[in-house]
Amino acid sequence: MLPFPAPPFMCIFMEKPSTLLDKLWADHEIFRRDDGTSLMWVDRHLVHEGSHHAFAKLAARGADVAEPALTFGVADHYVPTRGRADIKDPDIARMIATLEKNAQAHGLTLFGLRDPRQGIVHVVGPEQGLTLPGLMINCGDSHTSTHGAFGALAFGIGATEVAHVLATQTLWQRKPPAMRITFEGDLGFGVTAKDMALGWIAELGADGARGHAVEYAGAAVDALDMAGRMTLCNLSIEGGARFGMIAPDAKTYQYVKGRAFAPKGDDWDAAVAYWATLRTDANAPFASEVRINASAIAPTVTWGTSPEQAVPIDADLPDIAALPKDKRAAAEAAYDYMGLRPGAPVAGTPVDQVFIGSCTNGRLEDLRAAAAILKGRKARVPGLVSPGSALIKAQAEAEGLDAIFILAGLEWVASGCSMCVGMNGDLVEPGKRCASSTNRNFRGRQGLGSRTHLMSPAMVAAAAVKGEITDVRTMGET
Amino acid sequence: MPGWTRHTGQAVHLPLENVDTDQLIPARFMSRPRSDGYGDYLLYDVRRNDDGVLSPDFPINQNAGASILIAGGNFGSGSSREAAVYALVDAGFQVVIAPSFGDIFSSNAVNNGVCPARMSREGIARLTDAMAGTFVVDLEKRTINSDIATVSFELDDSWATKLINGWDDIDLTLQHADQIAQYRAQRSKQNWAWPQN
Ligand code: SF4
Repeated sequence: MLPFPAPPFMCIFMEKPSTLLDKLWADHEIFRRDDGTSLMWVDRHLVHEGSHHAFAKLAARGADVAEPALTFGVADHYVPTRGRADIKDPDIARMIATLEKNAQAHGLTLFGLRDPRQGIVHVVGPEQGLTLPGLMINCGDSHTSTHGAFGALAFGIGATEVAHVLATQTLWQRKPPAMRITFEGDLGFGVTAKDMALGWIAELGADGARGHAVEYAGAAVDALDMAGRMTLCNLSIEGGARFGMIAPDAKTYQYVKGRAFAPKGDDWDAAVAYWATLRTDANAPFASEVRINASAIAPTVTWGTSPEQAVPIDADLPDIAALPKDKRAAAEAAYDYMGLRPGAPVAGTPVDQVFIGSCTNGRLEDLRAAAAILKGRKARVPGLVSPGSALIKAQAEAEGLDAIFILAGLEWVASGCSMCVGMNGDLVEPGKRCASSTNRNFRGRQGLGSRTHLMSPAMVAAAAVKGEITDVRTMGET
Repeated sequence: MPGWTRHTGQAVHLPLENVDTDQLIPARFMSRPRSDGYGDYLLYDVRRNDDGVLSPDFPINQNAGASILIAGGNFGSGSSREAAVYALVDAGFQVVIAPSFGDIFSSNAVNNGVCPARMSREGIARLTDAMAGTFVVDLEKRTINSDIATVSFELDDSWATKLINGWDDIDLTLQHADQIAQYRAQRSKQNWAWPQN
């Protein structure tokens, strides 16, 4: 038989430019059903205390964990940040013990309460080299989008899906449409990845990226360090996106290289050769494209109960009449809940306390940025600083950051989700106002009746020093 | 989980935007086992006054028997906590109608037999014009009938099939064991993609 030349349309097909999402999706798709749903392979599955429902479902079926070597447990959501030796709350002790029991029964590696590698799941994954470009990573926590900063397909799932991954190491998923948010230009002094994220969410809305996989691109994204990229991808979910991702580059490789679970030797070379292909091709089509001028972004603060209710630090709180019609009722309710008035400047809003931590902004770089503001100064309000992991805590202490926080009057505590979600008992009291480096300002998120203002760690530090929401750019670095 | 095609029930209108899963079930209840029943935790803080008493004018408190929730946009945004759906199910809800949903909430809902029906704001206005009487939700036709209006909603085909058949994904997936094994064999050759240590 004569060899058949490939028909011309095949060539066009083969050369069709693809997005980063297309490439990652194709590499993980096992099977696609007629209705368009794909069965996807999961490379890393991260579980925490909150995964108890999923383990219970698994037990009810009498099923085993399909791939224990790809499943890692982390104690973070419920862990006390003080007095760990003797946990007083029986519910919390039970949650941690249940995770330990499940990890042991299924032979999973656990970064448990007393492990020196313990920390918040989305901090520990990258830190341990479990998070790599080109992987699919899932966890029963919506901020799993954080890992997309490495050019991974990473997203949060619910308990039924966690049970499914445990039992099969796969997940049924429809490929989302791709959206690209390009930050052109450079960030100004005192402006961070947190402000980029709050900025785009304020502009497009809390469901502005609904159902999309967002790829971040542009000079300002390239310029971010890995910590900043993780912050940006982390907050994707707050804009409605399921995934956030950034193409890997030399900074990504440098971050990953040498980490405990990362590839070594020949495997490393093979990995880098493959990772270099994980870029969106020129002219690849996106369902939606947004361009944002990075140099116009100011430090940004939320004033309401949705992350979209955010303004630049030099702005006034919006007039209700000036808002789009479908946002007015929510704004009115938010003003009422937050005890704020439309038209007042956001700067100068007094705060009762501060919190620095979480998977959004609890990394070493974040602690350094906050410490740079607090150094030699006193906080006017109390506050808590909880590093993203025990390793970050140790490194921060080696750098003397703990002393800066403590001398300023803040409390330096162990690592966990802590006041991001309050499950461990670190709560904001009803009616109290907290400047927080976390990710959600929902009603009651930090405790019943708590009032949360989201901002960057440096802005939180500035708020601590002044006792009110303040433009960090006016404070300089002492 | 039993499948269903048509559901008849009473509806309740909760005209709030961005009802996130932290509101649907506050974090402090999430350590409880499901067997305790999660119905009482649904919107626990939102449906109470400051003094902790159920507010008599909160819609859900007025319609104890409702099984269809008509909500505002971006319903179920935020945390992936499936407990938010457990609270809805245990409180008797089988259908939630909203202009848009949090993505993870929608898949969690379907995994628990709850239909997340996407409907335009105009459609919702037509339904909520007259809330008395019963509503019929039809998954095949993707419509909701009240005494005075028939309004269509959107629902992903694969989700409709799952709800109608009451499918459990794990059983479905195990039918693809060969394909999974094949993929795994390929993936195994890519050493770098496996945790070293
Ligand atoms: S720090 Fe907050 S957002 Fe991050 S994993 Fe913990 S609870 Fe979730």
